[in-house]
Amino acid sequence: MEESTYTFLLRLGDDSLILGQRLSEWCGHGPILEEDIAMTNIALDLIGQATNIYTYAAGLTPDFNDADALAFLRFEHQYLNAILVEQPNGNFADTLVRQFFFDAFRVPLFEHLQDSKDTSLAAIAEKSLKESRYHLKHSSEWVIRLGDGTELSHERAQLAVFDLWRYTQELFHMDTAEQKLLAQDIAPNLENLRGIWLETVETVMEKATLKLPTNQGFFGAGRLGRHSEHMGYILAQMQYMQRAYPGMEW
Amino acid sequence: MVTKDFLLTILSEVKDPEVPVLSILDLGILRDVNFEKDEWSIVITPTYSGCPAMHTIEAEIHATLKKYQVDTYSISTVLSPAWTTDWITEEGKQKLEAYGIAPPVDEVDKRVLFSTPTVVPCPLCKSELTKMISQFGSTACKAHYQCLTCKEPFDYFKCLR
Repeated sequence: MEESTYTFLLRLGDDSLILGQRLSEWCGHGPILEEDIAMTNIALDLIGQATNIYTYAAGLTPDFNDADALAFLRFEHQYLNAILVEQPNGNFADTLVRQFFFDAFRVPLFEHLQDSKDTSLAAIAEKSLKESRYHLKHSSEWVIRLGDGTELSHERAQLAVFDLWRYTQELFHMDTAEQKLLAQDIAPNLENLRGIWLETVETVMEKATLKLPTNQGFFGAGRLGRHSEHMGYILAQMQYMQRAYPGMEW
Repeated sequence: MVTKDFLLTILSEVKDPEVPVLSILDLGILRDVNFEKDEWSIVITPTYSGCPAMHTIEAEIHATLKKYQVDTYSISTVLSPAWTTDWITEEGKQKLEAYGIAPPVDEVDKRVLFSTPTVVPCPLCKSELTKMISQFGSTACKAHYQCLTCKEPFDYFKCLR
């Protein structure tokens, strides 16, 4: 049971960490000051969530001592985040559409996890949910503003939706760990979250005058540790200091 | 002799580094102080998961206890029940406003995706003609507003529930 929990925690925590790392790349580059601050604040929330999740996970494994070790000392194939979150920031619309697809998944996920039989996981979810609701409000308002904005912003938002849609299916995949946890009332059935997610996505797309692709997308294998070509570069930057100077502190 | 009242009094010297008028008691970050077995157990909770002030606050608690020669204690962090802005005391809210930060006002449920922004009165001139500039302000717990009457920009300690 602990092994399934550990795997699930890594999937949850790695999504937060990698997206947090991606968002932090906007620091100093935001299109306007307020958005620069917003994206880095969201990055901070996500990295904070990852810290809580990893702290719990580190207690379930003999391999990593603490949250920092899990964040900085694993190899690429040991990260179990969805491929969606490692996609490059691209333009502002790419970043916000990626964020929106993710937030719309995270909110119902945490809503279910806060009732988990695993009280540590429930506590993390209860805390994180409040933040994720803010994130979803922020990203959905921007997707609408961009989609229903100028010709250029509409075009870019639409391209971002077409481009990123293919990576969303992975979020709902029920692997062995999720199935075991579902049987023990620890984690929800991710397949069931798809409908809730799609309802949010369709509502926002309609207001944003954006279309969803008709294809299904493909099954990514990030949850199994097989990543896109972008992942290695993220880790190279993120892990550099700990790899070069093991155990260093600020 | 160290009593709970004494600890609460000295711990009220520990302020939020970002909002130095608020103590950890005003903010509701200090959850519990209890004598268990042979030491004092001090329980704190973060405001936001990634709040960087938590490290400073913990270091400040250590420093304050050392100053008053309290050495049999442990500090632990709990996540549940999750902190909300309802944990801020009435006194804390008044201190916030006097400091120029609009205290949290009752907001519609965050589950509603689309809603009109809440009216946040200006902490300086009290005008209700204000507008939200950004949901995310100078720290994770604040939003950025501007008063349309006196034109001053101000921080709003946003409602978290």
